[in-house]
Amino acid sequence: MPPILSRGFRGRREDAPPGRVPPGQYVTRDFPVLSAGPTPHTPLERWDFTISGEVDEPRRWAWEEFRALPSEEITVDIHCVTKWSKLDTVWLGVRVDTLLEGIETSADYTVAFSDGGYTTNVPLEDLTGGKAWVAFSYDGEPLQPVHGGPARMLVPHLYFWKSAKWVRGLRLTAVDEPGFWETNGYHDYGDPWREQRYWGD
Amino acid sequence: MDELMLDGNAIAGMLTEVFVVEMTTATMTCGNCGTSGAVGAMHVFRGAGIVMRCPYCDNALAKIVTDGTRMWMNFTGMQTLEITR
Amino acid sequence: MEGTTVLGRLTWQPADVTGVVAETQRVKTIAFDVPGWAGHRAGQHLDVRLTAEDGYQAERSYSIASAPNGTRVELTVVRIADGEVSPYLTDDLQPGDQIELRGPVGGYFVWEPPLGGPLLLVAGGSGVAPLMAMIRLRAAAGSDVNTRLLLSSRGWDDIIYQEELERLNGNGLTVVHTLTMSQPPGWAGYARRVDAEMLAEVAPGPAERPLVYICGPTPFVEAAAQALVHLGHQPEAIKTERFGPTGS
Repeated sequence: MPPILSRGFRGRREDAPPGRVPPGQYVTRDFPVLSAGPTPHTPLERWDFTISGEVDEPRRWAWEEFRALPSEEITVDIHCVTKWSKLDTVWLGVRVDTLLEGIETSADYTVAFSDGGYTTNVPLEDLTGGKAWVAFSYDGEPLQPVHGGPARMLVPHLYFWKSAKWVRGLRLTAVDEPGFWETNGYHDYGDPWREQRYWGD
Repeated sequence: MDELMLDGNAIAGMLTEVFVVEMTTATMTCGNCGTSGAVGAMHVFRGAGIVMRCPYCDNALAKIVTDGTRMWMNFTGMQTLEITR
Repeated sequence: MEGTTVLGRLTWQPADVTGVVAETQRVKTIAFDVPGWAGHRAGQHLDVRLTAEDGYQAERSYSIASAPNGTRVELTVVRIADGEVSPYLTDDLQPGDQIELRGPVGGYFVWEPPLGGPLLLVAGGSGVAPLMAMIRLRAAAGSDVNTRLLLSSRGWDDIIYQEELERLNGNGLTVVHTLTMSQPPGWAGYARRVDAEMLAEVAPGPAERPLVYICGPTPFVEAAAQALVHLGHQPEAIKTERFGPTGS
């Protein structure tokens, strides 16, 4: 039975310039908080970011070391698989290219891992070439814990579940290792412009 | 403690539609810490999909994703699910 | 069979709006007639689904505020200023309109007279809705089981069902208010958030083994449940329903 229409219901959707928003998405001015688990609260003294796996030598940055790396301001649109898109979001972050500088690897894939156990897989080439950051500031403020602070992945060309909150590192892998959601129905790659939300899309 | 966190009551409709029997009174046993409790008392988080977690050890008991037609469910974090028919 | 949850049609079904009543400045009760409603138990909720002309959908869960009564179902909805669903329900719905709902659901957060008492009902704001269904059922069944309702509201004018609760007070039911943000002149009641000290004064002692139901925003529920456990109440006797951050 088709759903019954609700007379006059529109929801809280914003208009967007044509072609700006991927198919099936709605624009919001809010920043909805979605989470797979409780908000971690790792003290900065204990925080680190590591790159490990298929590398010649693992790398590790403590918070001060991470913040001393060159960073940049980025303005991007973000697209959540639950259908909301947020335009022109402003972040400060360290390019993943910077973190990978000088690292030798034969790996083609990565797994981003976070406090709380969340993981998500992204091909290495989707994190490089200026396409991804580890972000520590949103909208001019330090990244709040509910939005993934102190630092999260920012991979805006893919659905936002690929931008792991509370990220603690990247593991470089020889084969693709589907993560927390990719093993349970969500698409392995997640391109919003091809509407790759679920398995088989 | 997260103010966004819900409990098993929040997904009762979805679960009962699938399992047909009353689900909030079903009992889950955590595969990590062994604690048992009613589904209605389990912690529920809404991320890209739904995650049900043990209130004692935060272990992910269940993950549920749906596109409206297909539904993917993972219960590997749960040792046992007891349902009364 | 006693205690069996009535499983309604577990698919979306139409509900006709029969009335809209203001409870407080931000809160309305919407009455529906649901053809084919198989009945419900006090404490259960239902899911509401709205569909826009272009197919856009939004779903929310609401506790059933009314006691079982044929095909009639009442929901009490707080209007969240920037909300997606609540302003539509409180501002736009009119008698004769139709929406979709699914339910009733929930057998965990349920009370009915055979379960007995004493009862401790702890409500934060709109969390009073499912507990009101229990209170109304208790009244309709002529039960005098010892029942205490501790209701937290922002101010006097924000108390949902204030007059009805005043009328029902007595015959084993005690209603205690706490007003957390503003109090009327001469107010001698509680004027702060629910805490362990307040619960120790209001709740039956653990030795009386009350059935406890707590409903409201998640932080409210967490604080009240933890306080009661510290006061010696058994965790298994405490049933909770969390509404999320805004309480609705």
